[in-house]
Amino acid sequence: MDITLSKAQQDIAKEARRFLTKECPFDYVREMYEDDRGYTDDIWKKMVEMDWMAMRIPEAYGGLGMDQIDLNMVLEEAGRAVLPGPFFSTVMLAAEAIIEAGSEQQKNTHLSAIADGNLKGTLALHEPESGADLDYIQMQAKQDGSDFVLNGTKLSVPDAHVADVIVCAVRTGNGQQPARGITLFLVDSRAEGLTITPLPTMDGSRKLNTVEFKNVRMGPESILGEPDKGWAPLQRVLQRAQVGLSAECVGGAQRAMEIANDYAKVRIQYDQPIGAFQAIKHRCAQMFVEAESSRSLVYWAAWAQDHGDEKEAAISASAAKSYCSETFTHNAAGGIQVLGGTGFTMENEMHLFLKRAKANEMALGDPVYHRERLMRLLTR
Amino acid sequence: MDFRLTPEQQEFRNEFKSWLEKNLPEGWDPNRNRNFETHEELKQAYKDFQKRLSDAGYVAMHYPKEYGGQGKTLMEETIVLQVLSTTCIELRSPGIVTHGMAVPVLFTCGTEEQKKAYLPKILDGTHIWCQGFSEPNAGSDVANVSTMAIKEGDRYIVNGQKVWTSFAHMADYCLLLVRSDPDTAKHKGLSYLLVDMKAPGVDVRPMTQITGESEFNEIFFDNVEVPLNMLVGNENQGWQIAITTLMFERAMGDVVIGAAYEKSISRLLDMAAHTKRSGRPVIEDPVFRQQLARSYVEVMVLKYHGLRNFSQQLKGGIPGPEGSIGKLLWSEPNQRLTEAAIGMQGPHSQVMKGSAWSIDDGLWQYAFLRSKGNTIEAGTSEIQRNIIGERVLGLPKDLTRAKIAKTEA
Repeated sequence: MDITLSKAQQDIAKEARRFLTKECPFDYVREMYEDDRGYTDDIWKKMVEMDWMAMRIPEAYGGLGMDQIDLNMVLEEAGRAVLPGPFFSTVMLAAEAIIEAGSEQQKNTHLSAIADGNLKGTLALHEPESGADLDYIQMQAKQDGSDFVLNGTKLSVPDAHVADVIVCAVRTGNGQQPARGITLFLVDSRAEGLTITPLPTMDGSRKLNTVEFKNVRMGPESILGEPDKGWAPLQRVLQRAQVGLSAECVGGAQRAMEIANDYAKVRIQYDQPIGAFQAIKHRCAQMFVEAESSRSLVYWAAWAQDHGDEKEAAISASAAKSYCSETFTHNAAGGIQVLGGTGFTMENEMHLFLKRAKANEMALGDPVYHRERLMRLLTR
Repeated sequence: MDFRLTPEQQEFRNEFKSWLEKNLPEGWDPNRNRNFETHEELKQAYKDFQKRLSDAGYVAMHYPKEYGGQGKTLMEETIVLQVLSTTCIELRSPGIVTHGMAVPVLFTCGTEEQKKAYLPKILDGTHIWCQGFSEPNAGSDVANVSTMAIKEGDRYIVNGQKVWTSFAHMADYCLLLVRSDPDTAKHKGLSYLLVDMKAPGVDVRPMTQITGESEFNEIFFDNVEVPLNMLVGNENQGWQIAITTLMFERAMGDVVIGAAYEKSISRLLDMAAHTKRSGRPVIEDPVFRQQLARSYVEVMVLKYHGLRNFSQQLKGGIPGPEGSIGKLLWSEPNQRLTEAAIGMQGPHSQVMKGSAWSIDDGLWQYAFLRSKGNTIEAGTSEIQRNIIGERVLGLPKDLTRAKIAKTEA
């Protein structure tokens, strides 16, 4: 048993901190809130040079073949910086789906392009009626000869407006059973009949879109994995993404706590720093407790994705996603309270954390969904 | 990073578990709420069992052989304690302070003579120890102790009162924090003594807790004579010893409690599957499912946070700030867990042990009440958050405490 970070892992985190401090200050995040694409080519290019796109791509396809925990080092720092843009969608959603379910040819074509920074992607999952539930997929793909024809709407698809490929989970079999009849398609974002519309969202640092399919025709070569059998690989992809997002939450929660704590040391009221009052001190302490304990939980979950059995991987992902995302929201909201009126202004940065926190909490299954999923896993 | 035990550690664990199965007291049921009717029976059972553990070489795994230890590592010690905490917490309860405080204090700060005199008799179950820190006017402000120790020739004369002293009524010795110099700053005039509980002038009066049990006591000291060789460390160095020893094996403590709570949550899931509401098992109720899952997650948080901390310590690192939060991670979640358990039982929740209608032998009623002490004992939640705020996050003390600290400096 050894639950400490290796030197290499610590170095990844240190480098990421250094890079993001320079390249992704809050001014950049604010700029990207207003930007239609939500990132710059410049930062993307530099992230590619840092090998961030390649970390989880297997070596056979031009990547580094690293573990989830290694990528989590970067994601935690990205959460600290509220990094905008399609990094998470590309490496944690699109790339993982192709790694998990792609054919040799699909991997050859797409994974090396992702590793090189030449391909961006995302995953289309949510539907108008699914809410925060990941198990409810109703959009249909009808077979027509050897092709499939896709019709319907996917909601809240992160970064679809800048994606080259969209992994889309749709129903090809009959019935409602999530575990039966789901097929994953690798859709070219320029496909005929596809309309991508950005949504006006609360968190401007990760853009969400509607993706409408009107008779979008997909050949058999665009199926990821086997027809009707997309649910199991999709679960594994989602679990990893939940763990990755949890790491982001830990980073954000940590930073929000630090900002609030720094302020509590210098803001004077009643002749003393407000951090001397236990009402504020204990709030800051609680933020620390939650951030630090979330980090421990997400280390376990990240490890379990690569080295645990199937059940441990599933349980740990839901545990981490429910706990860490709530921690982030608590800390961002607590941060606003400690900062007082200042924290409630657009000028201050704390709202960037609150908005990202709430978006993360609701993404990839909300805490209520994950606790219910945990119960099903525990009592199975 | 690897969350698994090595094959050797796994083997050691299995070996100990199979030894344990054959060596628990006759009729011992790990699922029963209280196996012993009286504390006298419990005390005897503890001593017998400790002797067996000692004879089989399962005590003080990480201490050197010359003091009765096994010369192995903290990892083996933790494995033993984890297994014990999931099978026989009640049986081990009289020894909580003995093994959690007296052993590390004696081992780390005791004189050679003290180690040789006391450690072997603790490890083989002969002696039980208690810890006298708190007083009526020294609760969270523990440095405010006023129990006096005045040096007279070759002994101290101790007068005063301690309170909330767990297992004092069973104890042979007491770790006692006393004021040896009343004329200096609060923290600087304290000393740390070992006191024979059978000495003339020691009077133990049990107090009844909200569970109905009497685990803790008041102790009155009336001109109690304590030989000078019972002083731990230097005179007036008691505060440092008290503080540092409170930190000892904290990481291991969290890991052991984590193992016990893992057992609790699995019992709770089991109870929820067998307890009905409107004819259906409560485990099917969506509201209770959320509570159960939340508690499960909190147990995992404690478990993996504890392991992470412990792992750092095993590698020889100084436990980082993450070490200071373990207390909050077990005490408050345990209250939520037991609260959920009571909530699920509806009107049944009022039925204590001793009825055909008791659920799980009244275990949850006991656990619910007992958990209310968790956020008070071993430093209240409020004190924990002060410590984190001030020592980890660097926030200033409030004006009153800052003023006291200044006059003392």
